[in-house]
Amino acid sequence: METMLSSASREVVVGGERPTVLIGERINPSGKKWLKEALMKDDLDVVRREAVAQAEAGADVLDVNVGVFGIDEKAMLPRVVETVMGAVDLPLCIDTTDSAALQAALEAYDGKPLVNSVTGEEASLSSVLPLVKEYGAAVVGLVQDDEGIPKDAVRRFQIAEKILRRAEDAGIPRQDVIIDCLVFSVGSDTSSGSQVLEAIRRVRGELGLNVTLGLSNISFGLPDRDLINGAFAAMAVLAGAGCLIVDVEKVRPCVLAADLVAGKDSHARRYLADYRRRK
Amino acid sequence: MGDDLVKALVDLDEDKVRDVVKSRLEAGDDPLGIMDDARKAMEVVGDRFAEGEYFIPELVFAGEILKDMTTAVKPYLNKASEQKYMGKVVLGTVAGDIHDIGKDIVGFMLDVNGFEVHDLGVDVPPRKFVEKVQETESPILALSGFLTLAYDSMKETVEALADAGLRDKVKVMIGGGQISDEIRAYTGADEFGKDAMAGVALAKKFIAAE
Repeated sequence: METMLSSASREVVVGGERPTVLIGERINPSGKKWLKEALMKDDLDVVRREAVAQAEAGADVLDVNVGVFGIDEKAMLPRVVETVMGAVDLPLCIDTTDSAALQAALEAYDGKPLVNSVTGEEASLSSVLPLVKEYGAAVVGLVQDDEGIPKDAVRRFQIAEKILRRAEDAGIPRQDVIIDCLVFSVGSDTSSGSQVLEAIRRVRGELGLNVTLGLSNISFGLPDRDLINGAFAAMAVLAGAGCLIVDVEKVRPCVLAADLVAGKDSHARRYLADYRRRK
Repeated sequence: MGDDLVKALVDLDEDKVRDVVKSRLEAGDDPLGIMDDARKAMEVVGDRFAEGEYFIPELVFAGEILKDMTTAVKPYLNKASEQKYMGKVVLGTVAGDIHDIGKDIVGFMLDVNGFEVHDLGVDVPPRKFVEKVQETESPILALSGFLTLAYDSMKETVEALADAGLRDKVKVMIGGGQISDEIRAYTGADEFGKDAMAGVALAKKFIAAE
C-alpha cells in the first residue's frame, strides 16, 4: 500500500519498502509558550524559521497545528499553511480538531495534504471525511471512538477497521487512509508499547494500511526521553510503521539506523549522508 | 519497627512491605498505626516525585503496593477506627479529552494528603460530574484537560453544576498542561493549578475556608 502526498512541487510516498517518512511535529503551540506568543502577536516569521529548521533537519512532511486557547483557528490555520508553503517545498499535514479551520486550510493548500485527523467518533467521521473526499486529501485515522480510548491491540484494530470502512463509504481510496495506532506513555502503563506494536502489525498485515504514530507520547513523564523514543522508533519501523510524527532533529539519526538495519536503505546511502551532515 | 515499613514502602520493596505488615498484624500491632506509617511513606514518595527524583512508574507502583497493603490490613480495622479524611474531591478529565497522566498524579497526591478521591476517569461528560458531586456531597470538583477543546468542556461542566443548583456549594479547580488564569476565567472555575502540588494546596485552602 502506497500513500502519495504532495506539495506544489514535490511528492512524498509512504509505504512499501521505502524508508520511513518523518513528519515534523514542531509547528504546534501545545507546550511551546514562545510559539503561542508569536501566533498571538501575529508574528509568522517564527513559523517560517521553524519550518526551515525542520526541513534542514531532514523532515519529509511538516505537521501544522495552531490549536491553542485564544487563537481563532479558522482564521489562523490557513495563514500558517500559506506561510509554511512559502518557506519550504514539503507536503503538509494539517492538524486540527476544528472542521471549519480544516476546510479553510484545505482551501489554502496547494497539493495533496495529509489531514490529521479523523477519529472513530461519529461526530468526527461525519464532519472530517466529506472534507477529505472533497479536497482529495489523505487522512490520518486516530484509533479512539465514542466508547473511549483503546487499551489493547484488539480494540485499536477494531476502530481502525471501522474508520477504513467509513472512509471507503465516503469515497476515499483505502491507500489514502493512514492509521495512527495511538501511543500512551509506558510510564503509566508498561504494556502500552507492546500493544501498539501488535496493533501496527495487524493493521499492516490484515488491512494493508499504512500506519503512523505520535511517537514521543511513549516516554511522557520519564527521564532521558530521547533514549526511549529512539528505541521505540526502531521497533515501530520493524513492526511496519511507514511514517512517524516526531521531533525530527532528535529522532532522525535513530530512524535512519533502524531503516538501515530493516533493509530499507540500500547501500546505506541515507544513513551515511546523515552521518556526514551531523559531523 | 515503624521505620522499617516506611523505608520498605519508600524503597518500593514489595516483598518487604508484605512481610512487615503481616508480622505486625500477627503480633497484634494497631492497624491504624500501620496505615499511618504507610501515609508517611507515601508522603515521601510524593515529595521525591515533586523533586524529580522519582518518576511516574514509581508513583504507580507505590500506589499498587499501598492498595495490597490496605487489603491486608482492612480485616483488622473496626468501624470506629476507619480512616478519617480531610475532605472529598471529585476528579476527572473532561469530555472529549483522554489525557490521564496529570489527572492520575493529582489524584495520587490528593490521596496521600488525606483526601477521599472519587476519580471518574477520562472523557467524563458534565452530567457524570454533577451526579457524582450530588452522590458524594463533595465540596471540591477537580477538572483536568490537556486539549484546547477541554476548555469548552470545563465551561460546560461548571455550567451544569450551576444548573443543578450546586455552584455555590462546590469549589471548582482546573488543571492541565496549558491552563492559565485567562482559561480559568473562561471556564468559570474558581482556581487553577500548574501542577499536582498546587492542586493539593488549593484543595486544602478550599477545605480550610469551608
